[in-house]
Amino acid sequence: MTKPLLSVEHLSMQFGGLTAVDDLSFDAADRRITAIIGPNGAGKTTVFNCLTGFYPPTVGRLIVSFGESQYQLEQMEGFRIAREARIARTFQNIRLFPQMSVLENLVVAQHTKLMNASMFSIAGLLGLPRYRTVESEAIEKAEHWLERIGLLARSDWDAGNLPYGDQRRLEIARAMCTNPAMLCLDEPAAGLNPRESAELNELLISIRNDDGIGVLLIEHDMSVVMEISDKIIVLDYGRKIADGEPDAVRSDPAVIRAYLGEDGDAQESSNV
Amino acid sequence: MEYFLQQLINGVTLGAIYGLIAIGYTMVYGIIGMINFAHGEIFMIGAFISLISFLILGPSGGAMVPIALLVVLLIAMSLTAVYGWALERIAYRPLRGSPRLAALISAIGMSIILQNYVQLSQGARVKTLQPVIEGGFQLMKAGNFTVVLSYMQIIIVVVTVSLMAVFWTVITKTALGRAQRACEQDRTMAALLGIDVDRTISITFILGAALAAVAGMMVTLYYGVIDFYVGFLAGIKAFTADVLGGIGSIPGAMLGGLLIGLIEAFWSGYFSIEYKDVAAFSILVLVLVFRPSGLLGRPEVEKV
Repeated sequence: MTKPLLSVEHLSMQFGGLTAVDDLSFDAADRRITAIIGPNGAGKTTVFNCLTGFYPPTVGRLIVSFGESQYQLEQMEGFRIAREARIARTFQNIRLFPQMSVLENLVVAQHTKLMNASMFSIAGLLGLPRYRTVESEAIEKAEHWLERIGLLARSDWDAGNLPYGDQRRLEIARAMCTNPAMLCLDEPAAGLNPRESAELNELLISIRNDDGIGVLLIEHDMSVVMEISDKIIVLDYGRKIADGEPDAVRSDPAVIRAYLGEDGDAQESSNV
Repeated sequence: MEYFLQQLINGVTLGAIYGLIAIGYTMVYGIIGMINFAHGEIFMIGAFISLISFLILGPSGGAMVPIALLVVLLIAMSLTAVYGWALERIAYRPLRGSPRLAALISAIGMSIILQNYVQLSQGARVKTLQPVIEGGFQLMKAGNFTVVLSYMQIIIVVVTVSLMAVFWTVITKTALGRAQRACEQDRTMAALLGIDVDRTISITFILGAALAAVAGMMVTLYYGVIDFYVGFLAGIKAFTADVLGGIGSIPGAMLGGLLIGLIEAFWSGYFSIEYKDVAAFSILVLVLVFRPSGLLGRPEVEKV
């Protein structure tokens, strides 16, 4: 059997006396949307922060494998996680570069490729042909994504001036421009209206099917989670209480008790 | 009128030098949000390295001068860049993530260390350099007053303007510049896109130091007199230029440098030369009262 794209093994994260994530293990597969859900404070964002190298986990291993390569994320510097292990991520509170144009936000995501071609900017400055080719490829890729998210007409706007829903989609496009093996989305549907949320579903499904990468999703919006996820992991107080396909999770009594039944305030965003 | 023109020429020359130093401050402020108070000393070291290189190359007159200038320029830029890089590695990188005040104290410490290092190794007396480039164009004559545009002033302005143009292209058009702007706006996010933030910061210091070295060389050639203390006032002036232009903004640094140079030149020309620094700083106070973010600076936006 081939290794899963992402394998989280016995992850624990403690902040002082608080255990935010407690002995969590799960796998996320290539070409699948895996959702992590749970009540506020369940430790979902902490899992993401461990994945992207914000904190070293107290215990546990985070393994990414694709092709012949295998990476242990907990031992890598942040920028190498993005560059080599090819993990891309978005945030609950959008983190675009607000003073760069929409197009530049997508080009800067292809930095590694451009920087390698530019030989410390010298080739870029002189406009050497090889660099020009790489640069025009980067712009092409950016424009391809702008077309997919319907922002091509506004490519020279400052990203900070876009409407909220567009910023959300632009952030996903930017993450995709880093050429990730796995896309981690932290509440991408937060604050979207039903129409935008349906567009988001379409986008995520097309990323799974057409771009063929794994998607890891934290979400509160049940319509998104139940509709598009292939697998759902439910956290409560940092522990996994269920793991399986949407239908199985929906009817799991432990889940209903911890989350769907008692916590009716599911739309509210968490801030773990 | 003639007198005005002469002071305008002098002011633009001075402003070009301030502008070169000011870019180093503003870039570092932009990317790591601290004032690199040792930047004036980096400029001073650039001046010393140029002086020493000139003396080693010898007073090779005539046709050799352009080549000598170019060689000295390259030596000064590369060696000073090493100082800039080392400064960041030793004094600022270990303090990344600690309160800003710590880095500020570290910067002041480095400033004193560099001053004393040059004082000890080169002596405290002023160093002089025989004029390498003499002469110029006589633009106008009125009575016994002649307006002179010296070759040295032309070189200073041309070199400065072309370096700023190259620099501007790097910032706006290349992958490196894009990475720098990304780090300015959100370092964590930049790292998540695969940008090596530490290296980008190092390159920023290297670029800033190289530009300061050019300014140092120009001052050495223009005035012909330097000492270990020359970086202090030049640094403060360049910093003033940054604040005037709007700190964090590169066009602001260029504009601010030019304005400070002009203010100084005209004040010394028409009023009293003793109070030229007072004049420069007073204009700064006035601008800050009415435009706290500087002329070209963006107003600080409260992040929620």
